[in-house]
Amino acid sequence: MAQLTDRPVWKSGVTLAIIAAFCTSLVALTWQFTADRIATNEKEWLERSLQPALAGLFFDSSVTESMITIPPPHDLPGSDAAIVYRVYAGEEPVAALFVVSARDGYAGPIRLLIGVTMDGTVTGVRVLEHRETPGLGDRIETTKSDWVLQFDGRSLRDPEAARWAIRGDGGQFDQLTGASVTPRSVIKAIRETLTWFEANRDGVFAAPAEGEDSDKEENS
Amino acid sequence: MAVSLLGRFKSGLWYDNPGLVQLLGLCPLLAVTATFVNGLGLGIATLAVLIASNALVSATRRWIQPEIRVPIYVLIIASLVTCIELIFKAFFPDLDRALGIFIPLIVTNCAIVARAEVFASRNPVGSSILDGLVMGSGFALLLIAIGAFRELFGQGTLFSRMDMLIGGEPVQGIVLAENGWLLLVLPPGAFFSLALAIAVKNLIDGRRKEARNTIPRRARTLNR
Repeated sequence: MAQLTDRPVWKSGVTLAIIAAFCTSLVALTWQFTADRIATNEKEWLERSLQPALAGLFFDSSVTESMITIPPPHDLPGSDAAIVYRVYAGEEPVAALFVVSARDGYAGPIRLLIGVTMDGTVTGVRVLEHRETPGLGDRIETTKSDWVLQFDGRSLRDPEAARWAIRGDGGQFDQLTGASVTPRSVIKAIRETLTWFEANRDGVFAAPAEGEDSDKEENS
Repeated sequence: MAVSLLGRFKSGLWYDNPGLVQLLGLCPLLAVTATFVNGLGLGIATLAVLIASNALVSATRRWIQPEIRVPIYVLIIASLVTCIELIFKAFFPDLDRALGIFIPLIVTNCAIVARAEVFASRNPVGSSILDGLVMGSGFALLLIAIGAFRELFGQGTLFSRMDMLIGGEPVQGIVLAENGWLLLVLPPGAFFSLALAIAVKNLIDGRRKEARNTIPRRARTLNR
């Protein structure tokens, strides 16, 4: 079976081409069949994951369509692009939702969702993605513990910026037993986001929306 | 077909198990088996790819010149994995997010290319599909067993997040303990669990062999 033959090369080429064409059409067909569902799923997932940071806000705009991307370098946490969703009630800006990366997690960056109202109050913080140690650092997830809920309603005046740290470091916030690197990096990221928003509030709401849908068409 | 159906199943699930005996496809096996549902999800995906790739390789075996067979296997397996990935994204988005890169990485599972080369390229379609089914099931069952073991002892739960596969509200599963033996959930735990599984299999095989040697007649009827 596996011995080499003297068949001309072009024959192998044709076989390869036919099979490649067949495989490509298989993938294309599957894509055709699943593309809509995948797009709906992604949008649903995005809306679902932004929900916690929208709690208690009054707004009537489509949050996912108000996205802007702030490419690095920026003064927000993280060395990758930061994403900001702007929330409006009518024409009035209500809040901004930040998706940023805390750089100095124990095991790589921690992707955070941070909601901030116009007056700089935190509406909610959620961990979107992380690789912290299971059982220790992963208690920053809401499914594991309530730790991340202690930031709700806080701002840079409550407590003042210097006290945005875990208790062990002279701050206001609870720590996680057995994990100190993780809470430190999350708290630092929230503090930096609040500071940045205070300085750049007007610029954020002045920028034109990228619009999720137009963005998709460019990619496809 | 020289070997009986039962024999084929025994071989795929036990004597020739791709994970336990051939030690193929260990990368996904070790990486995603932290929970039952992850093991089950990746097991199903791998099984589906293996059946389909065996069928396609076997169906095209007469036209494929030996010198280009490897690129063709790669082509077939890669497209099938892409299809499976799209299907997972469409129908099990949460599971797809949990398994992450390991769905596309099924491409690199050498158990699949090994079955294409060793079996599907020289056997008829029906037999190759059966081979994909038994070998894939053997691999999936090992993933599930290790996932269940690590979740049970590492996390103290079983069947947590089954909603990722069957839909509905997020479920905690059966919670047996608040905490488990953390080591098992961490990457080294995967190696220990696999080693333990292989040791248990060897122990059982050894016992059987011994039994056959001491009471030949009875054991023969049991084993054949």
